[in-house]
Amino acid sequence: MFDLDNIRENFPILKTQMSGQPLIYFDNAATTLKPLGVIREVERILSTQSVNIHRGDYQLSYEISNQYEEVRNTVAKFINAKSDEIVFTSGATEGLNFIAYGLEYLIEEGDVILTTHTDHASNLLPWFEVAKRKKAKIEYFKLTSEGRIDLTHLDKQIHSKVKVVTLVHVSNVLGYINPVKEIIELAHQKDICVVLDGAQSVAHLSIDVKELDVDFLAWSGHKMCSPTGIGVLYGKKAWLDKLRSIKLGGGANAVFDENGSYELKSSPARFEAGTPAIESTIALKAAIDFLSSIGMDQIHTYEMMLKDYFISKIQHFSHLKVYNLTTDTGIVIFNIDGIFAQDAAAYLSSKGIAVRAGNHCAKLIHHVIGVTETLRASFYLYNTVSEVDVLVETLKEITLEKCVDLYI
Amino acid sequence: MDLKDPQLMRSIIMDHYQYPRNRRECHDHNCKSVHMNSESCIDDIMVFVKVDKGIIKDFCFTGQACTISTASTSILSELVKDKTLAEAKVIVDEYRKMVNLESFDSESLQEAVAFSNIGKQANRIKCALIGWDALSQIIAESEE
Repeated sequence: MFDLDNIRENFPILKTQMSGQPLIYFDNAATTLKPLGVIREVERILSTQSVNIHRGDYQLSYEISNQYEEVRNTVAKFINAKSDEIVFTSGATEGLNFIAYGLEYLIEEGDVILTTHTDHASNLLPWFEVAKRKKAKIEYFKLTSEGRIDLTHLDKQIHSKVKVVTLVHVSNVLGYINPVKEIIELAHQKDICVVLDGAQSVAHLSIDVKELDVDFLAWSGHKMCSPTGIGVLYGKKAWLDKLRSIKLGGGANAVFDENGSYELKSSPARFEAGTPAIESTIALKAAIDFLSSIGMDQIHTYEMMLKDYFISKIQHFSHLKVYNLTTDTGIVIFNIDGIFAQDAAAYLSSKGIAVRAGNHCAKLIHHVIGVTETLRASFYLYNTVSEVDVLVETLKEITLEKCVDLYI
Repeated sequence: MDLKDPQLMRSIIMDHYQYPRNRRECHDHNCKSVHMNSESCIDDIMVFVKVDKGIIKDFCFTGQACTISTASTSILSELVKDKTLAEAKVIVDEYRKMVNLESFDSESLQEAVAFSNIGKQANRIKCALIGWDALSQIIAESEE
């Protein structure tokens, strides 16, 4: 059940202030706030169980190892995968790097890596590097004037030279849910691997990897109420087995000898070298349990309600331009005439409102919306209509004079 | 200039933001250029300085930047025009003192005194320095 008061009670930071005003947090696409269950879990582990995992020689380690592995089951269930298809990473960026460099050996000269102009640096840059090393080519999906993937010529875009299709599931700038099911289906008819950047999708939508039939999906825990430092790389077992490990070390190997030969464990362990973020990982379970108890569909519906309300209030402001009126999620980007995005964000900050200004790490986005800098408000389950009202009122009265006055 | 007149200070900043002076490219091959982008802000500017016999013959800039960056760089461009490198250095030094809330000589800074309170917003000091840092870099290179 969606009990807003109860949800907000779970986030102690919502009782704090910024710039002397009640904190209104609309930067959820960057990271999310943390509920009590997550906070308490981190405190519990650090207070009573702060030992390393996979050292079953003593009781405490055995217990923490079990809790750690239990998270794998929770994550698997959350996206309808199997536990051995779940690799823990430091975040979406690491997961996407693991995929690009781990598949590099399969890329040949002249191959095409197909992506979008709306993708995030974390999905583009590793592939740019792989393309450079292997003399492969980067191509981009054709977009409609609105910035959505143009489905009319999909078959021509996913042509025979394409080796990997790698794209953002939900754009962190435009908020569109990409038509990944159609893309995956067509790519698979041609035996092309499909990678999804789930940084903005897994925390907001109900995801079923079996139904999507996606080959890889990477995302970050901190964007779904867990602490930072933990992310997930899902890969179909067959693909994980093909993926090379680019991070080697303790925990990932089975044997090695002085001649330099070594053998890695099977996946997922062979991707998890080094001591992981144990408390963050175990707290990820608390985050997933919390979100699941509310329901991902309910969360999405609620975000859409806030987004619709916000857009209905601001779309007639003559001094304001919204770039993604038809956004499919709680992400809205806009600009105010004559006020640079950073200055507007600083003014909103002085009223207690946190929004993001900039290019949002999607630096090719100007090809789509024609500007490089925007303001982004992104909603999550703990935001309220009255918080949106404060933002709307502040945007209504904002002027360049007021922005400048902050510095005089 | 009355540092305590907020209306005057505001109008200086707004005027230089809305009508930035010397915001243009320099195609002269004797022009030195520096690309500046700040980590804290989303400013991304290119500064061009033409030095001839130790005198700043031209200072111009291009790019996208916030009010503070644009206005402070615009003011700088007028302040240092036709100044010797040594004179420009003195101006930049006084300005640095001001944005760091130290005592400074307001005479040489003219309209730049509009930023005398920027130091109270620590996260924007870098914006107020972006063009000035570029000039310092070019002065240092010219002295080498």
